[in-house]
Amino acid sequence: MKVSVNWLKEFVDTRMSIDALAHTLTMAGLEVEEVSPVAASFDHVVISEIKTIAPHPNADKLRVCEVDAGTGHLLQIVCGAPNVTPGMRVPCALVGARLPGLVIKSALLRGIESNGMLCSARELGLSEEHSGLLTLPNDAPVGQDIRIFLDLDDVYLTLKMTPNRGDCLSMIGVARDLAAVTGVELNVPVISPTSITSSVSRSVAISAMKACGRYSGRVLTGVDAGAMTPDWMKRRLERAGFRSVAPLIDITNYVNLERGQPMHAFDQDSLKGGIDVRFAKSGEELNLLNAQHVALQENMLVICDANGPVAIAGVMGGLESMVTEATESVFFESAYFDPDTIRGKTRTLAVNSDAAYRFERGVDPEGARNALERATQLALEICGRPGTATGPITTVHGDLPVRSAIKVRPSRVTHLLGMDVPRAEMIAILKRLHCEVLENGEFLNVIAPSFRFDLKMEEDFVEEVARINGYDKVPAKPPKSSLRMLPVSEGTRSRASLRRAMVDLGYQEVINYSFVPPEWELDFAGNTTPLRVANPISSQMSVMRTNLIGGLTASLKHNLNRGESRLKLFEVGRCFLHDTASLDAQPEMLGGLVYGARFPEQWGEGGQKGQMADFFSVKGDVETLLQGFETRFESYTHFALHPGRSASIFVAGKRAGMLGELHPKWQQKLGLPMAPFIFELNLVAMSTMTVPSYKPHSKMQILRRDIAILINDNVKMQCLIDAFKGAKLASIVDFSPFDIYRGESIGTGKKSVAFRILMQDTDRTLVDSEADKKVSEVLEVLSKEFGATLRK
Amino acid sequence: MTTLEAILTEATTYFAAVKSAPELEQTKAKYFGKSGSLTEQLNSLASMSPEEKKVAGAAINLAKARVESLISEARSRISHAELEAKLNAESIDVTQPGRMAGIGGLHPVTRALERIEILFATMGFAIADGPEIETDYHCFTALNTPPNHPARSMQDTFYIADSEHLLRPHTSPVQIRYMEEHEPPLRIICPGRVFRCDHDATHSPMFHQIEGLWIDEGISLADLKGTLTQFFRAFFERDDMQIRFRPSFFPFVEPGVEVDMEWENKGGKIKWLEIGGAGVVHPQVLRNGGIDPEKFSGFAFGMGLDRLAMLKYGVNDLRLFFENDVKFLSQFR
Repeated sequence: MKVSVNWLKEFVDTRMSIDALAHTLTMAGLEVEEVSPVAASFDHVVISEIKTIAPHPNADKLRVCEVDAGTGHLLQIVCGAPNVTPGMRVPCALVGARLPGLVIKSALLRGIESNGMLCSARELGLSEEHSGLLTLPNDAPVGQDIRIFLDLDDVYLTLKMTPNRGDCLSMIGVARDLAAVTGVELNVPVISPTSITSSVSRSVAISAMKACGRYSGRVLTGVDAGAMTPDWMKRRLERAGFRSVAPLIDITNYVNLERGQPMHAFDQDSLKGGIDVRFAKSGEELNLLNAQHVALQENMLVICDANGPVAIAGVMGGLESMVTEATESVFFESAYFDPDTIRGKTRTLAVNSDAAYRFERGVDPEGARNALERATQLALEICGRPGTATGPITTVHGDLPVRSAIKVRPSRVTHLLGMDVPRAEMIAILKRLHCEVLENGEFLNVIAPSFRFDLKMEEDFVEEVARINGYDKVPAKPPKSSLRMLPVSEGTRSRASLRRAMVDLGYQEVINYSFVPPEWELDFAGNTTPLRVANPISSQMSVMRTNLIGGLTASLKHNLNRGESRLKLFEVGRCFLHDTASLDAQPEMLGGLVYGARFPEQWGEGGQKGQMADFFSVKGDVETLLQGFETRFESYTHFALHPGRSASIFVAGKRAGMLGELHPKWQQKLGLPMAPFIFELNLVAMSTMTVPSYKPHSKMQILRRDIAILINDNVKMQCLIDAFKGAKLASIVDFSPFDIYRGESIGTGKKSVAFRILMQDTDRTLVDSEADKKVSEVLEVLSKEFGATLRK
Repeated sequence: MTTLEAILTEATTYFAAVKSAPELEQTKAKYFGKSGSLTEQLNSLASMSPEEKKVAGAAINLAKARVESLISEARSRISHAELEAKLNAESIDVTQPGRMAGIGGLHPVTRALERIEILFATMGFAIADGPEIETDYHCFTALNTPPNHPARSMQDTFYIADSEHLLRPHTSPVQIRYMEEHEPPLRIICPGRVFRCDHDATHSPMFHQIEGLWIDEGISLADLKGTLTQFFRAFFERDDMQIRFRPSFFPFVEPGVEVDMEWENKGGKIKWLEIGGAGVVHPQVLRNGGIDPEKFSGFAFGMGLDRLAMLKYGVNDLRLFFENDVKFLSQFR
């Protein structure tokens, strides 16, 4: 909300500097976001009238003017503005005037003397308007300081209002709070009721008693609806962000700005019969004054005449009953509508309504009548003419909010603030806020003023005491508490340690959006029914991801386009499985992507140089990450991955993720020269590690035997290992492959696998003959199950 | 000069000139070989009388010992030279770069987060966590913001289509979830992703918040001020940093607080920057979490993690955090 400091000062005579005022309001919870002077700083600019205009002898675009600036003699001023005409009144900067970045001197302009400068709006820092001179009204007093005439010595404060402070959405509201904070007296002029000069009135009934606490109305007959809104009112409206429309409407807006009471002006003659405030009936419709046609819903409160709805209460009036230039008589409405009734309606209707904004936050139920009197006063001033008559005020009550006394314990105030505020000080603060305070033994019984909708419980008053006393007076205490060690389970692997493990493996962390384009879900998860965001920013962010592949490949692509050629990326984040009913389907995943060379490009020799990352180098990273867990990899088909080069990962017997090469079709679609390798692991599956527990280890000598077997190529390594494990051969402590060979020399469809067999007994050293026997036992298992033969 | 003396003089010269092990063997053979000069001398003893033999034998043995010692010297000299030569041949250019497996790094937001987690852990805060697709109840209603409450317009929420659920616009629902499952005293921070319908130069539709909650007997606004002041000063490592607390409104706290930090921008201009929202936990929120507000009180706060990371590392554009350009990200390794 924009607040004019001059207007504010009409109600509270603060002598504070603008900076101090802004700070005080901010520290009272009315945050000042911006301080904007109405005009730039300048002086010696007065209203002038252009008397004569002659062409400039030496320049086609310049004119030589004789100007009356009230100085007693005419000034010769050279001017280049296209709109300069004799008789117009414009701002004139006199010789010696200081304008933004400019001091006006007598000067020769192309050989002609010029004693001053005629100004555009931009030259005065009023706006960006620079197409011509700023045109002033023909009755603007020649010689008057333009700053006074245009009320330019004002500063506007933009306040960021929190939703609880509906009471501060007006000049008087802000003034009232400022008075309470500073202790300066609040000075709101009492409005004396206008004398009733007509008996014309409109009857009012409230059917929806809970929704409408009060409805006041008055008819003014014989008004001049075509009158001009005075400049001072226009300025205040426009500077506060309201467009000046027509005087009767401007008056309601002005009263709203001044007092925070939204009003409506109906064309009296367009209404038929009495007013009823009720909820809309199904099927009713209304043309709103913004020309929007809306179907009314049964939870919408409407103002009706004999023919049906004429306005949506507290939101917007109807088109047919609005005041126009032809309006002869006006019916002013000033009412209190229940916030809960108004809330949500602008969203349903998709309309902007300043009235609803205020009613939702709470409008003073006791303010309706004063606002009506104020509007009457202004209407008579502006739209009055001989024969204008004021009818009586009709007021009908519904259920007004109950203002009950709330028990406030001074001890509780002290307790929650962590500081002592003397009881007398608390009482004084609450009274300054217009609360009624009754002392009741140890307690205070406090009744909040009618305009405060946010003071409903003890803690609300605690805040008020702190707010008016000053938050900066609350000490910043080093907290004291009974110390307890945090339960830190040794077996729990934190996200931080997982991330560090990834970093140590050479991966760079990325953070991608959790919502992705539907195409990614389709391509990388085969998901045709993803969880959709109902109101996405764009289709690129419209569905929830079920895996991290899309984001990782997008990050890959982004970096390849910027000259990178080798990338190892990872992300930790939630994925969202298609189960909206349950919030549990949001597993936190770790995703990794590897692309390009296995090692950074560097000098070197042998196999390392130029070696590309492959399935097994990435699998090695995954296995490093899963050290200490019982893991297992199985062939797997995944929508995003190469069917022959992808694996499902099992940790402790449970499916925990996948690993594989990106499917060639997506590689091609993404235009990637090589396929990246991708893996994904569920964090839960690897978050609980086994805490070490010592078992006595054998000190006997370890014997090693290497064997190479020939076997059909389609026999999976896992099967060989499983078979070995299944045989439960005693004393063999390790059985692992150390070389795999395929080639013509051993025949197609065959592979040779060399195994290392480590043997150790717990209480004696094995002799060679025993070791040989163990090896033949292993061979027997492998040949029986897979037809393996010993390779000589 | 006797023959033996001549042999020894010659041997001294020869062995000093020996340069390799084979050469040494050859030279040695000249004296101890079958027809070596010392061997010949020994053989000559056979034709001598016992007296002569005694005298000549002693002289020969002396010469023999002398030659052996020459051999031993030469051997040691040769092996030393050979080692020297070997070491010379094996020398490398130690200034060539080492071979690396490649280095990774944390995202700057994570880096800032880990630091924040450590700082709060030193004060006994545990880390809590909650779902990102949330219920309306946990995000709003339990936090005193029923449907249509004007405070709901303080953040534009993303909703999940065909569902009652939404993407959490703040980390505050974790407060409720934690209270539902734990008994006070409670001291937690809850970092995580949050989502709001807002996308421009200074807003990202997804960003990170860090929520804090401390509930115990006798916790007050003064404790909130003390804790957050300590935190910001510790995080930015500036003991003189000015922190300002002013009244504000969040439906789930009362009194409500906005926290500003004094910040000098690059031009040297000092201004107040909004850095978080906070307040004393609203009694109804405590009740919603199953906690008796007469017995316990507490404070809660929420801060923008991305904002803190930007200020800490001098990043001037929020969007950089989500572009995932490794040239940017690798600066935070």
